[in-house]
Amino acid sequence: MSRISGCFAQLEQQNRVALIPFVTAGDPNPDLTVPLMHAMVAAGANIIELGVPFSDPMADGPVIQRASERALKHGTSLRDVIGMVARFRQDDPNTPVILMGYLNPVEVMGYELFAEMAAEAGVDGLLTVDLPPEEADDLLDVLHPEGIDPIFLLAPTSTEERIRRVCDAASGFVYYVSVKGITGSASFAIGEVAAKVAGIRKQTRLPVGVGFGIKTPENAQAVAQVGDAVIVGSALVSRVEALAGSTDEIAPAVVELLVAMRRAMDLI
Amino acid sequence: MPISNQTDFSSMPDERGHFGRYGGIFVAETLMEPLAELRRAYEKYMQDEVFLAELDADLANYVGRPSPVYFAERLSRETGGARIYLKREDLNHTGAHKVNNTIGQALLAKRLGKTRIIAETGAGQHGVATATVAARLGLECVVYMGSVDIARQSANVYRMRMLGARVVAVESGSKTLKDALNEAMRDWVSNIDDTFYIIGTVAGPHPYPAMVRDFQTIIGREARQQIQQQTGRLPDALVACVGGGSNAIGLFYPFLEDADVAIYGVEAAGEGLETGRHAAPLCAGGSGVLHGNRTYLMQDENGQITETHSISAGLDYPGVGPEHAWLKDSGRAEYVSITDEEALEAFHTLSHKEGIIPALESSHAIAYALKLAVTMTPDQVILVNLSGRGDKDMHTVAALDGIKI
Repeated sequence: MSRISGCFAQLEQQNRVALIPFVTAGDPNPDLTVPLMHAMVAAGANIIELGVPFSDPMADGPVIQRASERALKHGTSLRDVIGMVARFRQDDPNTPVILMGYLNPVEVMGYELFAEMAAEAGVDGLLTVDLPPEEADDLLDVLHPEGIDPIFLLAPTSTEERIRRVCDAASGFVYYVSVKGITGSASFAIGEVAAKVAGIRKQTRLPVGVGFGIKTPENAQAVAQVGDAVIVGSALVSRVEALAGSTDEIAPAVVELLVAMRRAMDLI
Repeated sequence: MPISNQTDFSSMPDERGHFGRYGGIFVAETLMEPLAELRRAYEKYMQDEVFLAELDADLANYVGRPSPVYFAERLSRETGGARIYLKREDLNHTGAHKVNNTIGQALLAKRLGKTRIIAETGAGQHGVATATVAARLGLECVVYMGSVDIARQSANVYRMRMLGARVVAVESGSKTLKDALNEAMRDWVSNIDDTFYIIGTVAGPHPYPAMVRDFQTIIGREARQQIQQQTGRLPDALVACVGGGSNAIGLFYPFLEDADVAIYGVEAAGEGLETGRHAAPLCAGGSGVLHGNRTYLMQDENGQITETHSISAGLDYPGVGPEHAWLKDSGRAEYVSITDEEALEAFHTLSHKEGIIPALESSHAIAYALKLAVTMTPDQVILVNLSGRGDKDMHTVAALDGIKI
């Protein structure tokens, strides 16, 4: 069983929902990323989603776009991000780490080399936003033997047929995008999310994570009642951005929000 | 054996949008179903006689087609070599080939019941062509344009606003065409219920590269007849500039099976390929995935897209349509490059010799045709796509001459 599947199985026994924070690797500078990952785990994160900066983040709103730009100013490359995961693993052998980004850095590195290096560093999952399952065969062929879970998105526009196809290709969990929009969008309608997640559950036994537009502990609590994981990105990255000039305060500010979300989620 | 004897060019792309290993659909899940809807509509209406008749009528009566093919006699005499003919897309309504595509896509948008049109633009020609058809059809129009391009193409920004479009300045990334495309994609994913995204070139996810090509092949279909009427035979060579590559594919496509017709796509070498300051992914880039398709890109060793440079905003794009990537690899077309300086010289030459002021984009094609003609004989024929007129570039060229207008 992969680290991601193991994590969800354990949480299910405890009747808890996974909290998955997203931060962009290298934002605001590369030295802060690994300590921030540890701090997030201590605050109650179950899985870490680490953004791989890309020059053209088409599916991201302004907050994560600027995070990418800050990270790229320091030249944070996919190889650097894999190195950060390796350093994180030295002190945390258990918490799953997913890399989230766009296909081109992986494509240019080469699928096989990527899978080999990522697995060796202790990467557990890969979510390439602009790679639908239809184009993913070659990448899946090299991820599977290395035990890296391919995480795919589902959206409000996904038809039943697409939900089936995406779930067939995915492992670990599937990521439901709660809004028709980009990261950091205005909030979702929980009723619609609940209905769609119920539809997804009819097609798969994989855990369903929900992300996009989750900003507050109240949002996290609402989503925790319908999904198996709450994914929080822009709300955390905004805090990183606001404190980019006083980096000592970043981890406490991120931890503060995560602790509040964790508490709200565990109340249900 | 010539490649065209082995390859059925009309079968491209496959049903998932692949031109060999290029093309495809590389977008976030939210866009997969809207793209499927667009593909179904495009396939349906390209077989629909009522739709095609409406398109033909608009192309004739609104755009002013067919555009002429003109023998540039004085220009040809200059070279002492091949005779140069120009396909006059600069004479279209709005001044470039871009309108051939926007007319078609806007009619599709109407059929799909969309009320809002968005577009990206670099030089502003596609933005103007989109704003024009949106005004005519009574559709709301938003055009995304990098703030760097807004500064260097202010006349076109004013034209778009005059036509009722909202021009949104894009401040992210390099603030040019690629960033405008990113922003338009973000708008589309956020407003898919009522919005139709009119992409201006043969890039993007399937079906855009095929659909835009099909709307632009009117250029090559007309030119193929016209050049035969005037010269009694097919041309020896075709030349067109390539940014995203829509005017080029529009000219090339109807000639792909004609193995004796040499095909040259001209990229922007900017300050020179060796300086790195250019926009020539086919000549000096590598394979990658951007903006929904796999193609040749300008990128660094980590897969980050690099900034491009060209004197012409319309060629200032780090990618290229996937069909061009495939035509290059298959050997059917040859891709070459022309520097800013060479393009400027051709701009002046055509203006002086023929009384035709070309767009800076098209000046790249003219410059290469002049080089090529010298190596050929006067009984041979080069057909150049004069994709746009140079009115929009007056400020840029004047500024280079130290004149403020």
